[in-house]
Amino acid sequence: MTWLVPLPVVIPLAGAGLAVALGRRSQLQRTVSVLSLTAVLAASLTMLFTVDNGPLVVQVGDWPAPIGISLVADRLSALMLVISSAVTLCVLLFALAQDLALGDPDSPVAIFHPTYLVLTAGVAISFLAGDLFNLYVGFEVLLAASYVLITLGGTRARIRAGTIYVIMAIASSTIFLLAVALTYSATGTVNMAQLAGRLAEIDPGIRLTLQMLLLVAFAVKAAIFPLSAWLPDSYPTAPAPVTAVFAGLLTKVGIYAMLRIQTLLFGEGPADTILMWAALATMLVGILGAVAQSDLKRLLSFTLVSHIGLMVFGIALSSEAGLAGAIFYVLHHITVQTSLFLVAGLIERREGTTSLNRLGGLARSAPLLAALFLIPAFNLSGIPPLSGFLGKLGLLQAGVQASTPLAYVLVGGSLLTSLLTLYVFVKAWNKAFWQPAVEPTSATRLPAGMIGTASALVVLGFVLTLAAGPLFDYATEAARDLHARTPYIEAILGAVR
Amino acid sequence: MNVLGPDLFLVIAAAVLIAGGIYLVLERSLTRIAVGLVLVGNGVNILFLITGGPRGGAPIVDLTPEEAMSDPLPQAMMLTAIVITLALTAFLVAMAHRSWQLHRHDEVQDDLEDRRIARIAALQSAQERGDSVRVTLDEEAAEVRDETADITEEHWLAEEDVR
Repeated sequence: MTWLVPLPVVIPLAGAGLAVALGRRSQLQRTVSVLSLTAVLAASLTMLFTVDNGPLVVQVGDWPAPIGISLVADRLSALMLVISSAVTLCVLLFALAQDLALGDPDSPVAIFHPTYLVLTAGVAISFLAGDLFNLYVGFEVLLAASYVLITLGGTRARIRAGTIYVIMAIASSTIFLLAVALTYSATGTVNMAQLAGRLAEIDPGIRLTLQMLLLVAFAVKAAIFPLSAWLPDSYPTAPAPVTAVFAGLLTKVGIYAMLRIQTLLFGEGPADTILMWAALATMLVGILGAVAQSDLKRLLSFTLVSHIGLMVFGIALSSEAGLAGAIFYVLHHITVQTSLFLVAGLIERREGTTSLNRLGGLARSAPLLAALFLIPAFNLSGIPPLSGFLGKLGLLQAGVQASTPLAYVLVGGSLLTSLLTLYVFVKAWNKAFWQPAVEPTSATRLPAGMIGTASALVVLGFVLTLAAGPLFDYATEAARDLHARTPYIEAILGAVR
Repeated sequence: MNVLGPDLFLVIAAAVLIAGGIYLVLERSLTRIAVGLVLVGNGVNILFLITGGPRGGAPIVDLTPEEAMSDPLPQAMMLTAIVITLALTAFLVAMAHRSWQLHRHDEVQDDLEDRRIARIAALQSAQERGDSVRVTLDEEAAEVRDETADITEEHWLAEEDVR
């Protein structure tokens, strides 16, 4: 079944090429992008069940492992691929319904579809990369696509936001590249499986330097405080579907990379303590930022930053339970955050604004929209029995199990964050949905397709709740693999030794 | 064969490029930042060259005996990185040009949150001094750079006409 592994990369890239060629025939172009993403989803789902018997490895071009490029799909990669392809497909359908390509005069763009497909290919490369340099290439592919998407149309606000975003991203990529160069210099390899063995043998000081460099590079991408200030400033101005997929996926690619290097390459060490404090600061600063916002999209961006802290907490615990909690929380957060941003997009489309001071009375005038907002909002705040509650429960249990003073501080911090998240959403709910509007806005009718796809994502959030049992077991298995390290290493290098 | 440590010349070149690049990245103009990022990128690429170990012959089978070859892997990675840097530089420069079309400058603008805090601080200090708040606020607002405030298209066109 190894032929499955390159598909999530190859299909969208081929689709992107076709979509460029079909630039003038938008109907065909749309069909191509929908079909490719559906195929990717199918391939990822098949992979999810296949890798339960052990990781799948493809040596690209048949060069043997430490020399060539390895693509590896283990449980974690497969889970991430499934959830990312499901979410990207939903967002694509939403964008189609919104008629991004035709309806909005200031987004020209036959270029949306190919770029979007390249973005999904880049995400897939990052999840499948078996060596550090290929991970870097995956990041660059998805980032280059994201630069185009965030500045789509080149309007004043988007150029302003895009400038900050692009500079931050390039700076962090350069740090990543620097780390790759130094790693190669210190160990003579960039293959992750081989690195896992060799990094243990080198000087601990150098190892810590490499680890911190990589963590800083990923922390910028994952928006971890103090490297998070760029995010709330740049995401909200992009078109709604773009913001939704960025918020859901791109930061999680950073989290995935951290999960991978922390478990496979470095293991427990002094960096965990630093990550703990960073996680606490991310949670609290993020959510306090959200409290101060009066615009729904900016408010959501700040909650996004804040909940990244919870995942970093799980990674920093570096116990099996902590990793399992972090993995489950990533799955939950991708779905819920994306659906919230889509709903914000719906509100903007309907009312022409997302400012909480101008919105009002939506619960009466658009009850379906209100329900679509309320469910993921409760989910994110962690109201039982939704998946957000289960994810937080997993993380808190792992924190209590670790039973160090710092872990207890983090447990307290997570609880406070959840409470403040609820406060933020209640505030938003009161202002936008319950209070009558200050001045009546002119509402436009929403296309049924937009509501349909946003609902589909909310339902996906529900499915995560219903399937939480098996899913959490799967995440625990994935965490066990990560913790044991040997399945991954042996899959790439073969059972040498 | 050269068995000394890394080539001193390359190390100095990388250090100078990266240091100069970082200095430029801290500037406000997007064009300078682009140049800075190019410099840093090239500095890191030279680091890759250093990681390949001592210099040797071209790594082509039958041309160079195997023990005299230089390590080809960092060179492959460098090439990839160079291509990526090239593409991103092109994008940055295009963005600088677009920014210039829109604003007649290509400066990176203030963080929105910073701006709000600056406004609140200005308001507070004005009230504390008990000055006639209106005048002082205007003065303060003039002092603080404000390019993030929403300028409507008409306003902007009017500005253009004045020019």
